[in-house]
Amino acid sequence: MSKVRVLVGTRKGAFILESDGRRKKWDISGPHFAGWEIYHLKGSSADPNRLYASQSSGWFGQQIQRSNDGGKTWEPAGNKFVYEGVPGTHQWYDGTPHPWEFKRVWHLEPSLADPDTVYAGVEDAAIFSTSDGGQNWQELPGLRGHGTGPHWQPGAGGLCLHTIILDPSDSERMWVAISAAGAFRTDDGGKTWKPINRGLYSQYIPNPTAEIGHCVHHIAMNQSRPGVLFMQKHWDVMRSDDAGEQWKEVSGNLPTDFGFAIDVHAHEPETIYVVPIKSDSEHYVHEGKLRVFRSRTGGNQWEPLTQGLPQSHCYVNVLRDAMAVDLLDKCGVYFGTTGGQVYGSADAGDSWAAIVRDLPAVLSIEVQTLA
Amino acid sequence: MVRVILPFHLRNLARVGSELILEVERPVTQRSILDKLEAQYPMLRGSIRDHVTQQRRPFLRFFACEEDLSHESPDAPVPEMVASGKEPFVVIGAIAGGIRTGLPSTPKIPNAKKPR
Repeated sequence: MSKVRVLVGTRKGAFILESDGRRKKWDISGPHFAGWEIYHLKGSSADPNRLYASQSSGWFGQQIQRSNDGGKTWEPAGNKFVYEGVPGTHQWYDGTPHPWEFKRVWHLEPSLADPDTVYAGVEDAAIFSTSDGGQNWQELPGLRGHGTGPHWQPGAGGLCLHTIILDPSDSERMWVAISAAGAFRTDDGGKTWKPINRGLYSQYIPNPTAEIGHCVHHIAMNQSRPGVLFMQKHWDVMRSDDAGEQWKEVSGNLPTDFGFAIDVHAHEPETIYVVPIKSDSEHYVHEGKLRVFRSRTGGNQWEPLTQGLPQSHCYVNVLRDAMAVDLLDKCGVYFGTTGGQVYGSADAGDSWAAIVRDLPAVLSIEVQTLA
Repeated sequence: MVRVILPFHLRNLARVGSELILEVERPVTQRSILDKLEAQYPMLRGSIRDHVTQQRRPFLRFFACEEDLSHESPDAPVPEMVASGKEPFVVIGAIAGGIRTGLPSTPKIPNAKKPR
């Protein structure tokens, strides 16, 4: 029978939740790296026992941890992230130039084919890669160097590259998203990049339709349909049917279209999940109700999913990397909250149950579906 | 022989106990201690000093013999008590808050409570 492994990154360590394919009973291990912020951990699809974790601390900086046995044991990997050449400047919050400074790794994206190759999205925004299992990291400098880099400005959480999507049909193509610069795509393995923000409208920046400067919170893609992308922007849920060349809004009847997390059903590429958040000033769910909204039509028509979720006095947030799906049939959907709950649905969102509810604030969720 | 005490999280990272013993050639300096420490425990690289600039990370400090050595030159000899192993070289994470009493510069904090 298939198994599911949920990888949870929190403010105070990592946790691993495992269940069989029924997804009713869960074994919970952790905290791993207790007391450290674990922004993200993710497994290799080429070798599911190979996991990578981003471990960081304001005191001790960045560490990368690697496991070869599905998270039972870990070993430190390389943690040297140095920008290529003279780093230069980006814009600070007040619009003045500010030197590029490495702070932490927000997202780790293992290659689809090689467990030793991983991409890392970092703050201040840049993308790095390793081809030796995390021992050595090199920047892909074409992203910061393509021309708009000096004009990038941080969002409230910093100038972070938080989303990396690899194209399963084209190993040379990938997408990244940066708060608050926008979305970018490479078609040549990371050598050159272009902004792909046409159609985004951000009313609070001087030019609402600018080429860059949009606070993209997250992007999701169904593996079977590369090029169809769904985006949760600061405000607005968007979709693109042409690999990001053009975006259109699909917020439709959502009660609020501010949010962070977005994901796509594993087998139904027009089924999308978001968790609307009341506003960018409040950062908790709307009306005190924890509701996942599902669209089965690729956006615009949304239904609230509430069964098993608290519908009163709930004031948690669901952060950008804190939602994921498994590959089972029915598709499992998982998300973690800033209140420390991890919720799972074994029926594509129709009903939910807390797998665990008193963890530190959840920063990220990833799911592995194991044979 | 130099004795080094690391903060809790770095002990866990390096998988070591409360105190380390390093063989460091004289003259013993902050730099030579940290070079030896990082050579013996490579996972600590970047966690105490910046990888590139080799500067102390801002929220860490170096203490020995009841003195704060954090702002001493990294190439200045450490106190003989440290170089000879009689006193440890302590790496400590900065701690926010706390009340120091009895010092002339201590600000008066009304209704300050003793931490429990």
